[in-house]
Amino acid sequence: MIEFLNALVLFSNFVLVPALAYGSQLALGALGVTLVFGILRFANFAHGDLMAFGTMMTILVTWWLQAAGIGIDPLPTALLALPFGIAAAILISLFFDRAVFAFYRKRRSAAIVVVMASIGVMFMLNGIVRFVIGPDDQRFADGARFIISARDFKTMTGLDEGLTIRLPVLITVIVAVVVVAALFWFLQKTRTGKAMRAYSDNEDLALLSGISPERVVAVTWIIAASLATIAGVLYGLDKSFKPFTYFQLLLPIFAAAIVGGIGQPVGAIVGGFVIAFSEVMVTYAYKRVLEYLSFEPSGLVQLLSTEYKFAVSFVILVIVLLIRPTGIFKGRVLQ
Amino acid sequence: MSQRGVILYLCMAALLVLVGFGQSWNVSLTILNLCLISAVMALGVNIQWGYAGLFNVGIMGFAALGGVAAVLVSEPPVIGAWSVGGVGIGLTFLALVATVAAVIIVRRQVTGRLRNISAFAVAIVGFFVIRSVFDPAVDAIEDFDPARTGYLGGLGLPILLAWIVGGVFAASAAWLVGKVALGLRADYLAIATLGISEIILAIMKNEDWLTRGVKNVSGLRRPVPIEIELQQTEWFLDLAQRFGADPITFSSIFVKLCYAILFSIVLVILMWFAERALNAPWGRMMRAIRDNRDAAEAMGKNVTARHLQTFILGSAVVGVAGAMLTTLEGQFTPGQYNPLRFTFLIWVMVIVGGSGNNWGAVLGGFLIWFLWVEAEPAGILLMNTLTAGLAEGNVVREHLLDAAPHMRLFLMGLILLLVLRFSPRGLIPERTN
Repeated sequence: MIEFLNALVLFSNFVLVPALAYGSQLALGALGVTLVFGILRFANFAHGDLMAFGTMMTILVTWWLQAAGIGIDPLPTALLALPFGIAAAILISLFFDRAVFAFYRKRRSAAIVVVMASIGVMFMLNGIVRFVIGPDDQRFADGARFIISARDFKTMTGLDEGLTIRLPVLITVIVAVVVVAALFWFLQKTRTGKAMRAYSDNEDLALLSGISPERVVAVTWIIAASLATIAGVLYGLDKSFKPFTYFQLLLPIFAAAIVGGIGQPVGAIVGGFVIAFSEVMVTYAYKRVLEYLSFEPSGLVQLLSTEYKFAVSFVILVIVLLIRPTGIFKGRVLQ
Repeated sequence: MSQRGVILYLCMAALLVLVGFGQSWNVSLTILNLCLISAVMALGVNIQWGYAGLFNVGIMGFAALGGVAAVLVSEPPVIGAWSVGGVGIGLTFLALVATVAAVIIVRRQVTGRLRNISAFAVAIVGFFVIRSVFDPAVDAIEDFDPARTGYLGGLGLPILLAWIVGGVFAASAAWLVGKVALGLRADYLAIATLGISEIILAIMKNEDWLTRGVKNVSGLRRPVPIEIELQQTEWFLDLAQRFGADPITFSSIFVKLCYAILFSIVLVILMWFAERALNAPWGRMMRAIRDNRDAAEAMGKNVTARHLQTFILGSAVVGVAGAMLTTLEGQFTPGQYNPLRFTFLIWVMVIVGGSGNNWGAVLGGFLIWFLWVEAEPAGILLMNTLTAGLAEGNVVREHLLDAAPHMRLFLMGLILLLVLRFSPRGLIPERTN
């Protein structure tokens, strides 16, 4: 029994908890992509860099607050700076919508042209972020580090294996739950949320019912930018901030949105966790877990080496595209 | 080519000459060589996008496959590594073929609900069988003199052959990718190809037994003379004297010129084929499919097959360019491949140059690469001017000067957006007849 508990704790420590945090971050990112896709009908390649931009602004404000000695110890200062980062991301999103996307929307250009424009925006945001904060790694997490450290856990339970829960992980999960709940309440209950869903279902019909498209689009960008910044800051608190990593996060985020069913908020969340858990589970070496369960494996029992993390999400994406292109929760039907 | 096209090409040449006089001929020729390679890549993308409207964002992967070809063709084989791991790799290959065959047979034979499940089960069993022969072989190979080799090596053939092999590698990968992904809608195809290129790169970085991974393969053979040897040959020194040039600088210019000639030959050949194809009935058919897929299909054109064909052809051209790039650099470094530089920048070239027009795409390749390189000194110059009023060592000034090179990403985005908005058909638009 003890052996089994040890195996369980080990598994939780290295697979369950990290995947839960990573899944929450991906889910928040994928929600933004899926909303933009549902309302504006294009795959936004600039989303990863929007995350980077919002996070960068948050980091700058965090540094300023730290220098001014303002903090909310034991919570990280970045949470206090987050609203500023969100505001900046919203402003720049609305600016790019006005300056770039509105033109193609009015002309009803093919989705592919808009995707290309989003690649242009991606380049610009990427340039801005690297220009302002540089291409290097930035760590900005302060405050308490652990809720439960491995040693505390061991003395508490008497097990051989420790379960570490870091503060950023707990914050990630709590914030994600709150944000998702708020978003669903907004989409289901408020007038604007209902208008957004109507617009996503049938644009022309929504226009006929007197829904203002510009308003719907603006609200969509506001939500997408907020979600992107929150996801980016949580990811940065959990790991670290590096512009190129955020650009690369685009891949698992797209995978999550499509696997869940693009245009479907529930799908984005499920997709985020599916991708996160598969990435972590496929690249984890199960040797020690199996040893506790009284198997004696000869190798590490690792399906793929950790470097293949991103590849895993894409293999899943490709399989889903082939077998069930609408994703788990029947997203927008695309032929 | 139109008059406008000729003028634009002349301007481009003038820019390169200007750099030759202003900075140095070495810099100018370095830029020219990469311009030529970029032009070949842009040509490949134009075949896919301009002819057929296929949105491929996996260019990086195909270019890297060309790079691998350079290693596998030109490097001498590592006999020791083959003797310790060759059998294992051979068995792995057999096991892989057997697994794929078994999956196909199961999918044919089993019907109903069990079909996918049993195929999946067979694949899982196959995976473990493969791993059981593959892992020991890989360990043996990677442990063989890891500081110098630790991989199987290549065939030891002339590297020029790799340019063709690179095209073949990229074409084979494109066949596989196309079979899987071409049925998807445009933006899904983009996301799928982006992912596949990342997978290709992940394999190259991690399968050390094949490519040495991030340990890189350097000192590849060269198709042109080596500078140091040139500096000791009689005729070359005579030649340098006749031009009144310093032999060391002149040798480096001479080598770059040799590369430029080789690359130009490739570009001219590919361009000739591409133009012939575009003006042939085949080209008209492709445009018909691109402009109205349903109508073309109703006319009895096999749209899926033609899409696959163009996807393969375009990717092969990109593969050739990738092999040329690795040859020029003399080393294969999987870590350098980055989608911004190797995928999205090529797209900017095609869009800015003029999608659907080969001359446009090639010009875009030249122009955008030129800007990409020259944006750095220009950015630093600009920042120096802007911050001239600030004191030496001022924090803002230092930061701006450090960050100036990153402005080129911003510049590329801006150029792409401006062209898309105000001149969506590019510098040299597609001819309409």
